[in-house]
Amino acid sequence: MAYEPVIGLEIHAQLLTKSKIFCSCSTLFGAEPNSHTCAICMGMPGVLPVLNRTVVEYTIKMALATNCAINESCNFARKNYFYPDLPKGYQISQYAQPLSEHGYVDIEQNEGRKRIGITRIHMEEDAGKMIHDEHMPSSYIDLNRTGVPLIEIVSEPDMRSSEEASAYLKRLHEILVYLEICDGNMEEGSFRCDANVSIRPRGENAFGTRTELKNMNSFRNVQRALDYEIKRQQYILESGQAVIQETRLWDDSQGVTLSMRGKEEAHDYRYFPDPDLVPIVIDESWVAEVRKNLPELPLEKRERFMRDYQLPSYDAGVLTSSRVLADYFENVANLSGKPKAASNWVMGDILRFLNEEKREIKECPILPQSLAEMIQLIENGTISGKMAKDIIEEMYRTGKPPKTVIEEKGMVQITDEAALAKTIAGVLAANTAQVEQYRGGKEKLFGYFVGQVMKATKGKANPQLINDLLKKMLTAS
Amino acid sequence: MELHQLTIHELQKLIRSKEVNSSEIVKSVFKRIDAVEGSVHAYITLMKEHAFEEAAKADRCIREGNIRALTGIPVALKDIVCTKGFLTTCGSRILHNFIPPYDATVVDKLKEAGAVFTGKTNMDEFAMGSSTETSYFGITKNPWALDRIPGGSSGGSAAAVAADECIASIGSDTGGSIRQPAALCGVVGMKPTYGRVSRYGLIAFASSLDQIGPFTKDVEDCAIMMNVIAGHDPRESTSVPLDVPDYTAFLSRGIDSFKVGIPKEYFIEGIDPEITEAMRGAMKAIEGLGATCVEISLPHTEYCLAVYYIIAPAEASSNLARYDGVKYGFRADDCKGLLDMYKKTRSAGFGAEVKRRIMIGTYALSSGYYDAYYKKASQVRALIKRDFEEAWKHCDVILTPTTPTPAFKIGEKMDDPLQMYLSDIFTISTNLAGIPGISVPCGFTRQGLPIGAQFLAGHFEEGKLIQIGAAFEKHANAKQRRPNL
Ligand SMILES: [Zn+2]
Repeated sequence: MAYEPVIGLEIHAQLLTKSKIFCSCSTLFGAEPNSHTCAICMGMPGVLPVLNRTVVEYTIKMALATNCAINESCNFARKNYFYPDLPKGYQISQYAQPLSEHGYVDIEQNEGRKRIGITRIHMEEDAGKMIHDEHMPSSYIDLNRTGVPLIEIVSEPDMRSSEEASAYLKRLHEILVYLEICDGNMEEGSFRCDANVSIRPRGENAFGTRTELKNMNSFRNVQRALDYEIKRQQYILESGQAVIQETRLWDDSQGVTLSMRGKEEAHDYRYFPDPDLVPIVIDESWVAEVRKNLPELPLEKRERFMRDYQLPSYDAGVLTSSRVLADYFENVANLSGKPKAASNWVMGDILRFLNEEKREIKECPILPQSLAEMIQLIENGTISGKMAKDIIEEMYRTGKPPKTVIEEKGMVQITDEAALAKTIAGVLAANTAQVEQYRGGKEKLFGYFVGQVMKATKGKANPQLINDLLKKMLTAS
Repeated sequence: MELHQLTIHELQKLIRSKEVNSSEIVKSVFKRIDAVEGSVHAYITLMKEHAFEEAAKADRCIREGNIRALTGIPVALKDIVCTKGFLTTCGSRILHNFIPPYDATVVDKLKEAGAVFTGKTNMDEFAMGSSTETSYFGITKNPWALDRIPGGSSGGSAAAVAADECIASIGSDTGGSIRQPAALCGVVGMKPTYGRVSRYGLIAFASSLDQIGPFTKDVEDCAIMMNVIAGHDPRESTSVPLDVPDYTAFLSRGIDSFKVGIPKEYFIEGIDPEITEAMRGAMKAIEGLGATCVEISLPHTEYCLAVYYIIAPAEASSNLARYDGVKYGFRADDCKGLLDMYKKTRSAGFGAEVKRRIMIGTYALSSGYYDAYYKKASQVRALIKRDFEEAWKHCDVILTPTTPTPAFKIGEKMDDPLQMYLSDIFTISTNLAGIPGISVPCGFTRQGLPIGAQFLAGHFEEGKLIQIGAAFEKHANAKQRRPNL
């Protein structure tokens, strides 16, 4: 029987605010345990939360970028459960009245564009972290992360393959990073993904029993875990058994999903509106203000690059994968007036250099104006494309502009016809035997002469000019 | 008269005229504490050494002419407000060793005004109770009759003022926890409007009902205390950013034009006849002062207790989840793993009444019951609020008894939670509606037990309560009598 997977994703993204959601502690990652804590985020008796307005603004941004409707009034609810990394014994989240609902994003698939529904986007606080020491009978708690603002983005169960899930995940990641509201770092946990997966016979409308997958901390693992889980469920159904509704953890080293202990986790979170916080009223003017400052989103940018710069879809996709890279390319394209050349150099050499050193485009030593200048030098024949390959490497190494590199290396292309003719005359005079043979019909020797001229000019001569002059002088006699 | 017997405003006069200084007042108060605390047990923690240091500082301020609203005045704090560096137990074993790293806003404000703290007063565990009998730290006695309860949950704060073990004190009121003990101990107690006094640093019982307020020996002192503690606090989201009037300006305004509403639903069967009699006397007195009494109706009164005993425990069940033995406070020994630690710590750390309310609240919020209990209660709460809004169309303030009976005997209601809950029957609606209320002494029973009259007003109209309270207490002459300790 042919089965169809049904996948929905729950994404948690840490927001890039300077301070936590309900206190003024720093949100910086990687500090000494418990150094970014105060009475409020440690859940001391008697403390009260005060909402960081930037969290609301960032969430509105994401809601607008994903076509969600923003509720005029929303509130916070308490999600009650016991765990040592949750100092208050409840997480402040949103439940019955989230900030936004009913959105969507489009993903590109081979079959074309597909729309994935977004159920809701809401704000909440992150929990702390348990640190277990194998050699000690006790565990430790780091509350630095407690109260770091999160948004949870819940999708509709609209995805039908791990590829679609992966494309959706990448799309959301891209948008969050574009909006500069999340750094998107999956290893550090600032972008996390849980998945709900079930399968059903193709053509069937009812959903099958779903499992929830956790602990997939890279794009690759999300896809691997989904593929594994789909196969696992298929095997269960095909062997006449039933899928159990449960939470399963992805085990990266074994490449399998494992049941989170045997016990059924039937949590009753006893949500109720948090009486310590007042409803958040988001009026139209606030939304309009945020909308006004919204940057161009990846999909719009991609379409504009294809239209305005005549780039192929692939190039536009690569160049708009990050906002900084897109800006870099646009600068080079506009300064040089040669978008296709700019695209080739950026996608080719620049990205290769950066990838080799695992650096980001924002750390690129070559300024956009330098690269644009180099492209112009090729265009006006000052240097050859071949020379440019060496020059750009030197530019990347030293950060110097192309003219300086060319001067220092004496790499200017010889375009002076008279000077080149003189050199060619010298080469022909030194190779009289070969000249005879060439003139006698051995035309293959033409390449030999080009090589000799190149050698004599240390590769600086314009190849086209060499060809032209050689032909003329060899046939002249 | 001894210094500890005086009011804030009487002591202030003596301080201003340099007749006495703070050290002398504090000395007098601690002498009194030494004499009567053994029989009253109003305090969990005394801050004697600290108080004398602060008194010496206050005396320097007095010498320099820098005299603020409470400079040098000994004030006691209910052990539910956090005091930096001083034990804050909330009357519970689970916080028996908790020393907060910060001061509550109300503590900041009192310090700023120059108050000298005498100590932390006894209370029902986590403010859950009406008799101060559920405290982990022993029972507080009513200074007027040592075999009786002082009321609760702020029983220690009320008893401390009544027994002259401080000049004024701070309490908290979630369903009557200031007004009921004030009435039973014969002192003035005010629950301000929800949002008027900051809750920051007040250990939460039921967040949407809790409010801090003062206990004082008279209404003038109440106005002075309110001037100090009221006001917007950016650290609390539910704090209201409204200007605070000078409450002392209301003291001598009189109540000529006042219409005083008498809710018919509050004069029910089961009220002690002596209380009914005292209320009749109060109405007469009020009319004698030029006001008119009008009958009003608060039709949803009968639901108040039920609504309260869903909402308050529901919020409490969540507020008290943080006491898990992980970070601070009591942790049970010999725990086998996390779940065992939670169970043992919370079983042994909380008393019976607290556990009862955690269970009620957990039940009311659980899935499948939420709509029938918490949600329904919230809807009825809105109706109770509306009752009052309707009432203000017909009157300026409302008069009710503060309690249905005078102070009962220690142990009398401990085995019957429902009877205990009924002692807050007249005070609970105020918290549900978020309005302010004051209890003012209104005479004594034949046995010599204090009776309280409760006045209620609209949101942020504490001034009206000061106004009628001040006029009324002159009539009641309660200050003529003192407990015989
Ligand atoms: Zn903090």
